[in-house]
Amino acid sequence: MRKFLKEMGGGFYSLVLGMRITLEQFFKPTVTVHYPHESLKMAPRFRGHIELVRDPKTGKAICFACKVCEKACPSDCILVEGAKKEGEKRKSVTEFKLDFTKCSLCGSCVEACKSNALQFSREYNLASTRKEDFIMDLFKRLEAERVAAEPQPAASTPAEQPKPKPEPAAAQPKTEAP
Amino acid sequence: MSLFELLRMLVYVVGVMAFVGLNAAYLVWAERKAAGRFQRRPGPTEVGYAGLLQPIADGIKLLSKQLIVPDGADAMLFRAAPLLVMMPAMMCLAVVPFSETLVGRNINVGLVFVFAFGTINVMAVMLSGWASRNKYAIISAARIVSQDVAYEIPMLLVVITLLMVTGTMNLHDIVEQQAGWFWHWNLFRLDVNPLMPVTFIIYFICMLAETNRAPFDMAEAESELVAGAFTEYAGMGFGVFFMAEYANVVVGCSMATVLFLGGWQSPFGVWPGVVWFLLKMYALVFTVIWVRWTFPRTQFYRLLNLSWKFLIPVSLFVLILTAAMMKVLRA
Repeated sequence: MRKFLKEMGGGFYSLVLGMRITLEQFFKPTVTVHYPHESLKMAPRFRGHIELVRDPKTGKAICFACKVCEKACPSDCILVEGAKKEGEKRKSVTEFKLDFTKCSLCGSCVEACKSNALQFSREYNLASTRKEDFIMDLFKRLEAERVAAEPQPAASTPAEQPKPKPEPAAAQPKTEAP
Repeated sequence: MSLFELLRMLVYVVGVMAFVGLNAAYLVWAERKAAGRFQRRPGPTEVGYAGLLQPIADGIKLLSKQLIVPDGADAMLFRAAPLLVMMPAMMCLAVVPFSETLVGRNINVGLVFVFAFGTINVMAVMLSGWASRNKYAIISAARIVSQDVAYEIPMLLVVITLLMVTGTMNLHDIVEQQAGWFWHWNLFRLDVNPLMPVTFIIYFICMLAETNRAPFDMAEAESELVAGAFTEYAGMGFGVFFMAEYANVVVGCSMATVLFLGGWQSPFGVWPGVVWFLLKMYALVFTVIWVRWTFPRTQFYRLLNLSWKFLIPVSLFVLILTAAMMKVLRA
């Protein structure tokens, strides 16, 4: 009988304790991020789809279309085309097609790139209803960004420096890794 | 019957139905909000200010859906079950005294009336499980019957204890007896029964079990039985069950307020009675929600053990103790 009462008392006490804990949580502020209205900042090592790295000096892509990434890609989703322009020492990229529907984000291309011309973007809002949206030309994207960034500060390059979205050099995963 | 009496009846019928509907809609909202807060989430926020229009949006969605009667189901019972669940809850509210004057019908067997109709709920949910012709629904129906039979007994034993203290079944008179400061409430009537708070807790536990609320929601244990007896119901058929659950919670909490917490009697004497009644009732409803989001679902045999091995012996003991003390002290 005594054991029975003790068990019941102990059980009831634990129930009350549980209810106290939940009530404490009830009055604490919420921790939800209201996603479409606000979103979290992605960590620097977040692996989104790949993007071309801009040369901070010229503002153009570092990539010179060596096609190592194309060969490294296990899912065959990269297609690079380059051309040698008049008066330039080496080739420069003219087309960088990424078929994101096939990409598995393995990062082999970024690893294979010897001149650090590729990096992971931090973009994650990639939902779309059309397949075509995921077959993207990274070179055209980069150029469009550059054109959009250019007109405002006329010719002064230092002012343009902070404009590009991926911070130059420092943001590259390879240099950042310990 | 005079025209006034007819009009009054009409107003009360519409009023009770509106009260049930509004409560069902906004208790769902309150439950979702509270569930969110207990888990450090904000709950619904998008539809209207603080998600206040969410229940209306949900209602429109449910209403626009087709009511499907599965092949081989007992169509008539299948369609009747939601109504049978809803009806007793509304009937019960007709005799609940919200304040001194605000009561649908003040009958002198109000207590029996409420508990008699409250039991129909069990049969209706069982019928819905039976009529669905679905194995999960059948299991759920069997569970509901054994669970509610088990919990009906301690609940009624507690009510009998109360009945011995009050000496009347008229809900209005029961509240009248508890007038004055809060130590006149039946909850604190330690002179007739030193275990009165325990009695209240037993009542509350039984009420949770009778209304199939967590941690006693074996009837619709999602992880085991899909949605239990409501598995086959689509659209508003399901919606009515959902509303009935909240209507039953409201009835149960109203009865707890009337029987234990002094109904419309105020502890200090400010504000009209109906405010106090609703305040006490919604505090209990909040506790019901609070319990649901604190405790996990129990196992079925534990549920029955709790009733048969603990609640029934204790409530019997309380009954005998009260009887003895009343005989000794008031001889």
